[in-house]
Amino acid sequence: MNQLLSVRDLKVHFPTAHGGTVHAVDGVSFDIRRGRTLGIVGESGSGKTTTALAVMRLAPITGGEIDLDGTPISRIEGEELRRTRPRFQMVFQDPFSSLNPRDRVGRIIRQPMDLLGLGEPSGRDARVEELLAQVGLRPELKSLYPHQFSGGQRQRIGLARALATRPDLIVFDEPVSALDVAVQAQVLNLIRRLQRETGLTYLFISHDLGVVRHVCDEIAVMYLGQIVEKAPAAQIFAAPRHPYTQALIAAAPSLAPEHRRRGGGARLQGDPPSPVNLPKGCRFASRCPLAVEGCRRRMPTLRELAPGQAVACHLA
Amino acid sequence: MVTEPVLDIRNLKVDFATRRGVAHVLDDVSFSVAPGELLAIVGESGCGKSMTALSILGLIPSPPGKVVGGSILFQGRDLTRLRQSELRRIRGGDIAMIFQEPMTSLNPVFTCGEQIAEAVRLHQKASPKAAFARAVEMLRAVGIPEPELRARAYPHQLSGGMRQRVMIAMALSCEPKLLIADEPTTALDVTVQAQIFGLLDELRQQTGTAIVLITHDMGAVAEMADKVAVMYAGRIIERGPADAVLDNPGHPYTRGLLASIPRVDADPDADLPEIPGIVPALTDLGRGCAFAPRCALAVDACLAAQPRHVAMSGDHSAACIQLESGEVSA
Repeated sequence: MNQLLSVRDLKVHFPTAHGGTVHAVDGVSFDIRRGRTLGIVGESGSGKTTTALAVMRLAPITGGEIDLDGTPISRIEGEELRRTRPRFQMVFQDPFSSLNPRDRVGRIIRQPMDLLGLGEPSGRDARVEELLAQVGLRPELKSLYPHQFSGGQRQRIGLARALATRPDLIVFDEPVSALDVAVQAQVLNLIRRLQRETGLTYLFISHDLGVVRHVCDEIAVMYLGQIVEKAPAAQIFAAPRHPYTQALIAAAPSLAPEHRRRGGGARLQGDPPSPVNLPKGCRFASRCPLAVEGCRRRMPTLRELAPGQAVACHLA
Repeated sequence: MVTEPVLDIRNLKVDFATRRGVAHVLDDVSFSVAPGELLAIVGESGCGKSMTALSILGLIPSPPGKVVGGSILFQGRDLTRLRQSELRRIRGGDIAMIFQEPMTSLNPVFTCGEQIAEAVRLHQKASPKAAFARAVEMLRAVGIPEPELRARAYPHQLSGGMRQRVMIAMALSCEPKLLIADEPTTALDVTVQAQIFGLLDELRQQTGTAIVLITHDMGAVAEMADKVAVMYAGRIIERGPADAVLDNPGHPYTRGLLASIPRVDADPDADLPEIPGIVPALTDLGRGCAFAPRCALAVDACLAAQPRHVAMSGDHSAACIQLESGEVSA
């Protein structure tokens, strides 16, 4: 199998001030094939961003394994980890706070090469110009500061910085959610074009189903630290099997005629339970319109119900 | 049946003095909302949609902002001519507003019940006890479980969706004729957004409150709006019944905006249609159409003068020169 990234039973737990434990990520497994995109969708508190941060080794890993093309990145530390970092890079959500306002754009993009000692120092400026062109910005813009750019342009700069080390994997955390829709389309098209041209592998975190549908080959839906459904993108939209996936798709605002003036079409009541005091059974049971007594007693595990489609629901 | 509009804005112009010159933040903005009706104002950041909301409430920071023309008729009275003391009686009373961020718009050091009760006592004669009882009743009306308990909770003890319900309860506590909702669900998850939309929809049907919904999300427009006004660079460039605008957009900008939304049912292998370029600065708008520099259909005449609104059908109109000459059958 040509898997670039393989995550097994990943757990990220944080202690609370009152002696409890936040189960931010609680037993997550997935693979991403080389040159493909896995999307993780979920609402706030689902653990999608923490999963991304753990893959980037930016969140403490409580348990589980992360393997990047044969390198066990969940176990290596220090200099060994640092030398592996060029192979996996990240693009952040906020195009304002993720760029140092006091550095010129050229330096921001060059910095990963300087810090990780990539290529000849004399060739790095030329590489910066090449990267700017690759993300659709004029090379002479390298001497400007971040505040002189729009949100969409700043996200291009963040992308150029991520590309600087010639990574195999790029982790995107809500890369377009701070952008207006017209600009969002520009950045999404760029992200896809880069993958077509360079064969990059993406892990793509988003709360927006339309966006995920557009960029991802496979989609995992997270709820309270766990994956509740995982399937090829077309499949999950055509035939969602988990009641939470169904509710998410139904709640996504749409221009479709059947959505007109339906007042939101809410299916779910209430909020997710606290990630500190987790229920014993299915974590979605308290909001699930279909839940029966057994759901509250036993936790469902992911089962493959159709080729490539796995669902964690007793009733699916 | 023709009902008098609750709110009727005519040719509103708002300027801001900036270091780079005068910015025409709102230019010739006109729309009206009838009782029980929901009008959505949609556009990208900086298009003037939030500024429209603030000007209705007389909340434009002045200086540097100033209403330089037009009128805002609320139940027949021109709000632009009222004194601050008169406006204060209307704000939070007959006109209420809910904001995007339910965390920062609630006071962290008072309980939710106290804050709603304060709003009640500012506009109605009520004893502290009666006002608090009214707060509990409002929390129940917006679907908060155990309202007696939640009324004694501080904002940080509630989830984002719950806090937005508290804001809505406060806004509705004085039975407003007009509710202005500025991106009320942008900070919320989709399943919670659906709940809040459902709540707003139910309330306007029950109470006849008119709603102005400010949003950047065409999906929200589809889910909620009777009418829509699309703004670009301080002007309304298209308006009409929601179905007409969404299904048969007349302005190239509206068409571009609708096409660039990633849709669940679209062909995922095709690139998204983009609108090239970015929104212009409001300080250096030319004499012509502000969208012309980004418009694929622009001709020289577009830069010469502001296009006027051309009726497409009934109440549906768009401000594009191509419609005047009849070259675009949209």
